Amino acid sequence: MGAPGQSLQGEEAAMSKAKRRRRELRAAGLLTAPFLFVFLIFFLYPTYKVIALSFTDAPLIGDGQWIGLANYAKLLNDRLFFTSLWNNLYFVLLTVVPTTVIALLIALAVSKLKGRMQALVLTLFFLPYVLPVSVVTLIWAWMLDFQFGILQPLIAAVTGKPVPVFRNPYWVMPMIAVVTIWWTNGFNVLLLIAGLRNIPEDLYEAASLDGATPWQRFWRVTWPLLWPVTALVLTLQLILQLKLFDQVYLLSNGGPFNSSYVVLMQMYREAFQLNNGGYASAIAMVLFLVIVIVSVLQFQLLRLGGRK
Amino acid sequence: MTARRARNFAFSGLVLIAAMIWIFPLYWALTTSLRSENRIVSDAGVFIDEFNISAYVEVLSTSKLPIWYLNSVATSVITTAIVLVTGMMCAYALSQLRFPGRKTLYLLVVASFMVPVPALYVAQFILMSDLGLVNTWWGIILPQLIVPVVVIVYKQFFDAIPKEMREAVLLDGGGEFTLLFKLYLPLNWGITAALAIITFITTWNNFFWPFLVVTSEDMMTIPVGITQVNDAFGVAYARMMALALLAAAPVIIGYLIFQKRVTEAVMISAGVKG
Repeated sequence: MGAPGQSLQGEEAAMSKAKRRRRELRAAGLLTAPFLFVFLIFFLYPTYKVIALSFTDAPLIGDGQWIGLANYAKLLNDRLFFTSLWNNLYFVLLTVVPTTVIALLIALAVSKLKGRMQALVLTLFFLPYVLPVSVVTLIWAWMLDFQFGILQPLIAAVTGKPVPVFRNPYWVMPMIAVVTIWWTNGFNVLLLIAGLRNIPEDLYEAASLDGATPWQRFWRVTWPLLWPVTALVLTLQLILQLKLFDQVYLLSNGGPFNSSYVVLMQMYREAFQLNNGGYASAIAMVLFLVIVIVSVLQFQLLRLGGRK
Repeated sequence: MTARRARNFAFSGLVLIAAMIWIFPLYWALTTSLRSENRIVSDAGVFIDEFNISAYVEVLSTSKLPIWYLNSVATSVITTAIVLVTGMMCAYALSQLRFPGRKTLYLLVVASFMVPVPALYVAQFILMSDLGLVNTWWGIILPQLIVPVVVIVYKQFFDAIPKEMREAVLLDGGGEFTLLFKLYLPLNWGITAALAIITFITTWNNFFWPFLVVTSEDMMTIPVGITQVNDAFGVAYARMMALALLAAAPVIIGYLIFQKRVTEAVMISAGVKG
């Protein structure tokens, strides 16, 4: 290959290269180990476990028999499960598009404001988002209290008499939706304001010079350019609202007459009150699949959007 | 020109009124909490005209709120610290080192975004029960340590740091840990603070998991604990609202102090989810 001296140098270089490589691998091992450890034991293993459990008749604590697809067959004949699914869908209809529209209106209004006024208004709209869910439900249970709730006169003005909203099968889901929108809307407002800020100012100026009305400016400039963010908000909301549990548990406990019974409520009852770990896991798997499918679709949609 | 200014002024006023209506439930909780129970059921003026703190005194002295604060602070601080350190280290390896399984690991982290965590609660509860961690801080903490967004955000920020700076430290004889803690971390204090705050708030507010894994009142966190008082007080509006506000105070104050960081964190973590 060449003079002996050169080959010796080459060997040294190769050795130090191998040494560096070993050090890199050791560092990588040490750096990833803590995360990997937690991830494997508390995430991947439970994921596997919930899949495995869904094929057994196991109680919550203890072993069960492999029963194949029996839990899933049972689901198909479980009327309560279909009630739950329907209520989840109903709740999605009540929240996802309304909250996005409200957030868009608020974001458009807030982005027109300046300086401290903008900061103040944004703070007020965002604040509920940082509250714990049980604080939110306590406050709203009081707002809507049947006897002394400050909103009852408003309800009475519409229906003629006060309504115990969380004990009324027609009012319960819409009212939980109102509470949920109040609680989580600030997040959507923030994302949409960020989206609005990314639209170049000169596009509006150009539209104005062309004589576009505010209405036309919104539909021709703002709406199409904001669409990626709007789509993101819609899909994030869809996934979030499918996971409904806390508000229902705290405000109506699934009732009255199962009119606010949702999938996670059923999973909770089956596992922790009826001691059916296997069946509860099958219920969880359905939710799991629905949300994974929605997520994959969202990912694909956004990628397609990004390519354009 | 003045007509336009007047219009802008009116518009600002309208938006401000809308914002005040939006926050009214919180204001109304405050008003209620400062009144005597008798007054609440007899008349309901909208303005704060009484400063009766007896509801607060009673809630703090009769409920286990102080213990729940302690549990919430401990579990949230420990969770946040572990999530950030493990996430940062893993992100550094993913971003700067070559090792077998790197792509697989990254894909796993990204894919775990899609998994709805509550669907795992049954299995996680069984695991905690097998480990004897039901009704303990670690039982509350361990399953909450998986926050893939932290890894992904850190990786993006580490990717953006110029390679030349890295070479300089390596020539000075520094190893990977020196690089991470002396170069990459100091360059990313801002994002670290933002991630810490959002992780802390999320953990602090988590209801479903602590509700499942804790049954003993002495181990409850704030969001779970206050639902117990609900049953114990019966009808006691001022005390319920005082309780709600005392429970919410840390996050409200934290948000008002670190507002910019919270906003930044929300946007960064959502941007990643896209």
